[in-house]
Amino acid sequence: MNDKLYVARSTAIAARVLGDETMIMSATDSTLFTLNEVATVIWESADGTTPLEEIVANKICTQYEVTFEAALKDAESLVEELAGHGLLMVSDKPIGQAIPKLAETSWAA
Amino acid sequence: MPSVNAVRQRSEVVVEIGGLPIRLRSNNSIFLRLIHERYAGYVSLSNDASFDFEVELAPPGTESGDKEVQVTWDSGRWLMERGDFRAEWNPSTSRGRIFQTINPYSLDSVLRIVHTLLLARTGGFLVHASSAIRNGRAFLFPGVSGAGKTTMARLAPPDVALLTDEISYVTRQDGRYFAVGTPFFGELARVGENLRAPIDAVYLLAKGAENKIEPIVGADAVRGLLGNILFFARDPKFVKLVFDAALDFVSHVPVRRLTFVPDSRVWELIV
Repeated sequence: MNDKLYVARSTAIAARVLGDETMIMSATDSTLFTLNEVATVIWESADGTTPLEEIVANKICTQYEVTFEAALKDAESLVEELAGHGLLMVSDKPIGQAIPKLAETSWAA
Repeated sequence: MPSVNAVRQRSEVVVEIGGLPIRLRSNNSIFLRLIHERYAGYVSLSNDASFDFEVELAPPGTESGDKEVQVTWDSGRWLMERGDFRAEWNPSTSRGRIFQTINPYSLDSVLRIVHTLLLARTGGFLVHASSAIRNGRAFLFPGVSGAGKTTMARLAPPDVALLTDEISYVTRQDGRYFAVGTPFFGELARVGENLRAPIDAVYLLAKGAENKIEPIVGADAVRGLLGNILFFARDPKFVKLVFDAALDFVSHVPVRRLTFVPDSRVWELIV
């Protein structure tokens, strides 16, 4: 059984890194979220193909003084929260082409 | 020699805000007169318009309660709906229709929505802010209800031209941001002057025990601005455009916090 978690950024968002923070706006309800430095690392690594535990081991535990278990627990909480707002997609399989594209609209042309 | 002079009653009014003339057609002369009065200073003398709306009036009392505004993109049209109006607008034909009762407030809301959609295409936006021009430069004072937008407008000295005490109109042109006067007013109940000037600074309002100005940068500046920008459309493309516009704006225009005592001395800091 594959118990790895794969996470991918939703396309229905607008996001920008500003300094150590990441600002994310939900494109469905225009709610604004701010990620701190550590959350930004996870956000930027959420490519849909790298397991969350690998992100934690390679990107968090190597840069911050934290145990793997504690960091993974925090990362899972973050992922759950962001997924709850529709900002992240979570799957037990790699997320690649499955990422839904936004419906093309022409009004802004 | 007998003669007859026929003067054709105009059945339309062109309201031009931010350089975008919108033609409003109605067969009800009382309603057209209401529009003339409500948008005094913004009624175009020219008959040219970039956008056309047919306004159909429903009998009084047909409003449906307090339904919140909804703006959605559907089959090539923007659909706008609230308890007191329904409207649709097709950007590709530049034409639309409005269904409402005979009051100027519903139309006011439709115009605000249409302008947010139009502005997003060029990097502009509407923001809950009073704004004014002094010495050829514009200043924005965003804030939630009660923050002091109208107070700042009321306290403005005679050399200050007021653009609005409620909804500021921000346009982007050649990489610069301009504030434009609007007829969208708040408690001041007075349309803004129909003027335009480059934006010098944004002052996020906070009432306090003394007058002071503090710079706000980065994410805090974006948060402060975005929290006051008008978002009507729950449309991903629209939200992205406005988000990007806000980020670009704060990279071009200084954002500061203005803590102030509500008396006229606050304007000594705005120069």
